[in-house]
Amino acid sequence: MAESTARRAPGIPWRRKPSRTWPIHAILLVSVAFMVVPFIWQILTVFKTTAEVSRIPPAIWPEEFSLHSFETFFSTVPFWSMFAVSAGSLTLRVAGQIVVAALAGYAFARIPFRGGNVLFGLFIVMLMVPSQLFLIGQYQLVRDLEMLDTLPALAIPGMFSAFGTFLMRQAFLTMPKDYEEAARLDGAGTFQVFWHVMVPMARPTLAALSVLTGLYSWNDLLWPLIVSPSGENRPLPVGLAGLQGQFGTDYPTLMAGALVCSLPLVIVFLLLQRQFFAGIASSGLKG
Amino acid sequence: MTNVATKSVRRPTGRRTGVSTPGAWSALAFIAPATIGLVALYLWPFLSTLVKSFEDVPAFGDATFVGVDNYTTLLADADFWKALRNSALYTVIVLLGIPVAVVLAALIEQVGRGRAVYRVLFFLPVVTLPVAIGMVWRFIYNGDFGLLNYVLSWFGVDGQFWVADPRFTIFAFGAVGIWMGLGINLIILGAGLQAIPKALYEASGLDGAGRVRQFFHITLPLLSPSIFFVTILSVIAALQMFDLIFIMLRSVNNTALTDSKTIVYLFYEKAFVQFHQGYGAAIAIVLLIVIMIATALQFRLQKSWVFYG
Repeated sequence: MAESTARRAPGIPWRRKPSRTWPIHAILLVSVAFMVVPFIWQILTVFKTTAEVSRIPPAIWPEEFSLHSFETFFSTVPFWSMFAVSAGSLTLRVAGQIVVAALAGYAFARIPFRGGNVLFGLFIVMLMVPSQLFLIGQYQLVRDLEMLDTLPALAIPGMFSAFGTFLMRQAFLTMPKDYEEAARLDGAGTFQVFWHVMVPMARPTLAALSVLTGLYSWNDLLWPLIVSPSGENRPLPVGLAGLQGQFGTDYPTLMAGALVCSLPLVIVFLLLQRQFFAGIASSGLKG
Repeated sequence: MTNVATKSVRRPTGRRTGVSTPGAWSALAFIAPATIGLVALYLWPFLSTLVKSFEDVPAFGDATFVGVDNYTTLLADADFWKALRNSALYTVIVLLGIPVAVVLAALIEQVGRGRAVYRVLFFLPVVTLPVAIGMVWRFIYNGDFGLLNYVLSWFGVDGQFWVADPRFTIFAFGAVGIWMGLGINLIILGAGLQAIPKALYEASGLDGAGRVRQFFHITLPLLSPSIFFVTILSVIAALQMFDLIFIMLRSVNNTALTDSKTIVYLFYEKAFVQFHQGYGAAIAIVLLIVIMIATALQFRLQKSWVFYG
């Protein structure tokens, strides 16, 4: 125990007495219980029957782990097509953000040009405007181009963001200029310097931007709701919201749907925790 | 035009003559995609919202200029004031989660083994679809057979219809809002905690300060810039709350919905359900003003409590 404490706080092993970490763990475990109980309750509900769910008091444990809820969900909801729409929109948004923001961010950080500061100021102003202020105009644009209910309509506004450009500019600003100058002395052009020298160095920030964009795209409800009026090409959040209207109180099916639709991103998060945390820490999540 | 290009080619690195340097033309190529996107998809829509807020925009046909009519109607609309009150109340409740997040972040920082596990568990709601979260909590809040009422019954507390009863709806949403935001707040505050020099704790430890004293005299002041940042973000996000109300109230319970709309829900309803886009635009502009005032107010107040060492 003493050994593990020493490992915990290298250099200051004398500060913490091993006996005193258990109250901390106790408080944290209680808090964690608040965090996970809803998920556990959701998972237990998935395996129950509708009759079991509406019993008073509720049965904690499912009687016979019925898979009926999944069957109902998959037979009534076009899950895979909704998944494809969500994944397609996410891919387009992330790819767009990375390319567009990295290019612009590099120029703002490194290439002085006339009007650059004014233009960057405009990006900053747009960064501070809440997303709802753009919805009416964006909707009008999509409608006038007759793109309602299409995948590009879902994805295109999210491919651009003042935030991405700002984040990338900050990243490029902190990089040492030596590598660029060395590459330029070797005869590399602007784009080559950008692509072979700067982009590799910016990889952690690009990862953070991808993760934030992906998270936002996957969870977004309001924009898809607006541009998918017919219900074709619905991403998962819209489809799941529709399920609620359809199955009002069939809680096992609703919980199964909520579980299945959330799981892909949860799995990605578990694989890429470090990038998620870095993304959030570098920026906060802009709503 | 050539002049401009050569001039700026020379400007950046005069000391290295003969080496090709990035110029204005390449800057244009780099910046064009982002700028076109910004103008077409953000700047223009923003200006169009501003213009429409002074217009009567029918679902089909041409808009007509009506001056400040939308705004005067809005200010006389009881629904609008109710929505504003609901959004403000929700925001205040969500802010109560910040002290909780500060304490939890400090505790997690003290833990060696298991820190990663705690972070992941607190973060789960952030990566779960908000729609799914709304569905799960609606079930937990269910007045007849929900988990919350069941647990309360162990303590002899009477169950309530937490979502359907307008007296409780916003509080019920606020609790979910705290729960959802904790993961993000913990990560940002955790990064702030790691920036605090460990030597301060060592020195005060030698002077005999206990953990609680260290928390109030070292951690809190030095963390205050991060707490301020988290507060700003939380207020902006809370004032834009939409998903929970959409999923927990719409098509489920109409009486609670009329009483519990938030500003953004009201905006969505007017602009995209009833297609009164001029009126909707006015609501959006008011939302912007509310967020600006709230943010400015916090920057004003920070002087009294944020410590920049």
